[in-house]
Amino acid sequence: MTRDTRPAAAPPGAPDDGSGGNTERAGAAATARRLARRTITTNESWTIFALIIIMAFFTIKRPTQFLTANDLSLIAENASPLLVMAVGQTFVILTAGIDLSVGSVLILSSVVADDYYQAHGAAAGGWLTVIIGAAAGIAAGGGWGALQGFGVAKAKIPPLISTLGGFGAALGVGYLITGGTDLGAPPKPLSNTIGLGSVAGVSWLIVISFLVTLIFGLILAYARFGRYTYAIGSNPEAGRRAGIAVDRHLIKVYMLAGALSGLAGLMSLAFYNGTTITGHATDNLTVITGVVLGGASLFGGRGSMLGTFIGIFIPQVLNSGLQIIGLNQYWQEVAIGAVLVGAVYLDQFRRRLQDRGA
Amino acid sequence: MAEPLLEARGVTKHYGHVLALDGADFTVYAGEVVALIGDNGAGKSTLVKTLSGAIRPDRGEIFIDGQPVRLTSPLDARGHGIETVYQDLALAPDLDAAANLHLGREIYLIPFLRVLNRAAMRERASRAFSDLGVRLPDVSAPVGTLSGGQRQSVAVARAVLYASRVIFMDEPTAALGVVQRERVLGTIRRVRDRGISVVLISHNMPEVLAVADRVEVLRMGRRVARYDAAQTSVEGLVGAMTGALEVRGSSTPDFPNGSTPPPADAPADSADGSARTVPPGRGSAPTVPPGRGSAPTPREAPGDSDGSDQ
Repeated sequence: MTRDTRPAAAPPGAPDDGSGGNTERAGAAATARRLARRTITTNESWTIFALIIIMAFFTIKRPTQFLTANDLSLIAENASPLLVMAVGQTFVILTAGIDLSVGSVLILSSVVADDYYQAHGAAAGGWLTVIIGAAAGIAAGGGWGALQGFGVAKAKIPPLISTLGGFGAALGVGYLITGGTDLGAPPKPLSNTIGLGSVAGVSWLIVISFLVTLIFGLILAYARFGRYTYAIGSNPEAGRRAGIAVDRHLIKVYMLAGALSGLAGLMSLAFYNGTTITGHATDNLTVITGVVLGGASLFGGRGSMLGTFIGIFIPQVLNSGLQIIGLNQYWQEVAIGAVLVGAVYLDQFRRRLQDRGA
Repeated sequence: MAEPLLEARGVTKHYGHVLALDGADFTVYAGEVVALIGDNGAGKSTLVKTLSGAIRPDRGEIFIDGQPVRLTSPLDARGHGIETVYQDLALAPDLDAAANLHLGREIYLIPFLRVLNRAAMRERASRAFSDLGVRLPDVSAPVGTLSGGQRQSVAVARAVLYASRVIFMDEPTAALGVVQRERVLGTIRRVRDRGISVVLISHNMPEVLAVADRVEVLRMGRRVARYDAAQTSVEGLVGAMTGALEVRGSSTPDFPNGSTPPPADAPADSADGSARTVPPGRGSAPTVPPGRGSAPTPREAPGDSDGSDQ
């Protein structure tokens, strides 16, 4: 339901059956009512609403400080690797799965890439080095994800366990490669562009993360890959009987999540000018929180990329706002925790409501 | 005339050491509604799954238009124009009716990128529903928000959209109210009238008699009787199902009206399939004369099923 937020694009000829035999005159009113109801029951409208409330609150409190261009871009920059991981996580959660490994896979990928960079000139490396290392890092992430997906789809290991195992193991492999200390700076071309550079005044990190969100958001909403993702999360048996290669699709989804974590790893590597192997222990929880706040259902089949996009920014905005009004920012953790539980409760409640109406 | 459209002969299926089908026969003619009835555990579902390619039998043969075929997957069966409406409907509740209708058979706007043409799918869905006389308030509402009857309609419409020959419907009215049940039965008739045969699996005898042209009875893994629906009764069907009317034989005993009940080893077959079983020892039991002219089925239009896949 959530993805079907297209405006009143009621297809010509579709709704003119009216509801329960009404005439066409009543059709328009019925369509409007239906649209209104759907807007209210759609998770992402609540998310947008929440974000607006939060922003309004802090803007009124501190009109000159909150949401200045500088503040905004800082928030977006910090959130960009999280956003990229959340895009992959959205696909996974839509299949009724979960990926706990994202933070570790980020580390693993950045370590794989940086290990290559260190062996090929480190900061003095050129563009070719950058590209090869990046490809290796993303491939490592994708491969790791595919492995976890295989565990879920073929070996029937619950996603929670398959990716929890992957979470620990990926981190372990990262530590094994580095020996437990962070690797040094990647080639300058990488850190100067993606890390520090900007295009038309917008940081590369933001450009990349927004582009990734846009592209995969379109795939989710308009391409077969997205539709199969929803279908499998909604009822895998229906997918199987419809001839969808469910197992293969699941593996692809986990592989995508891994590859995007790999991309996030490169972004982080460029931004921090080195690996950050101790810095991502709770990324998975942050990412999952964002996706769920964005209205994706942990039971699969419901959610949208727009929701995820907003959901990821709620904690960040809250954090920044609390800081500005001088409240202890640990309140943010408390607030997010409460909102998360509330969001899942709302989802359950809505499900019950809908099932009863059926 | 009347070569069976779809025929199973001597189908046997074991599950472990449970014998689900014990040399079962089954026949579907073009353009008819045939009910497959039997008590719980008689093997109806197994037989349907065999014929829709979901399971492979241990032994036995399946013929389509008289040609032996191997159905190794539901896709095989679909390739032959056979669709199945499962009891649990197999819909994705979070997808809308149009998406469910086209699941696995999407229409693309940009085929190369697998970009879906949602407008075309919605339009085709609307047309499919109105063709069936189905009213859905909103084809773009998630199927999970629809009523049981509407969901049933979606599942049936999907089968109708793709079936060119046979649709299997497993207990399509089991969960429905009276009005919705009537609507589904009406749909079944309409499908039949479009030249697609419908195999109806049902426990509801009045319903079977209301909609079916023929009835085949399964008991303990084999076909024990065949009737013309117009000339049988609920008692007769129940008798055959439960074995109160003993019909014995290695296969379907077919024998003409008025003959005495056969000995235990009734003639195994009379391959033309036109004669009907007479349960022995039951004067009121429905009988069909061997002459086929008077029988309402099979419809005498073998060509019906071809070219009418719209």
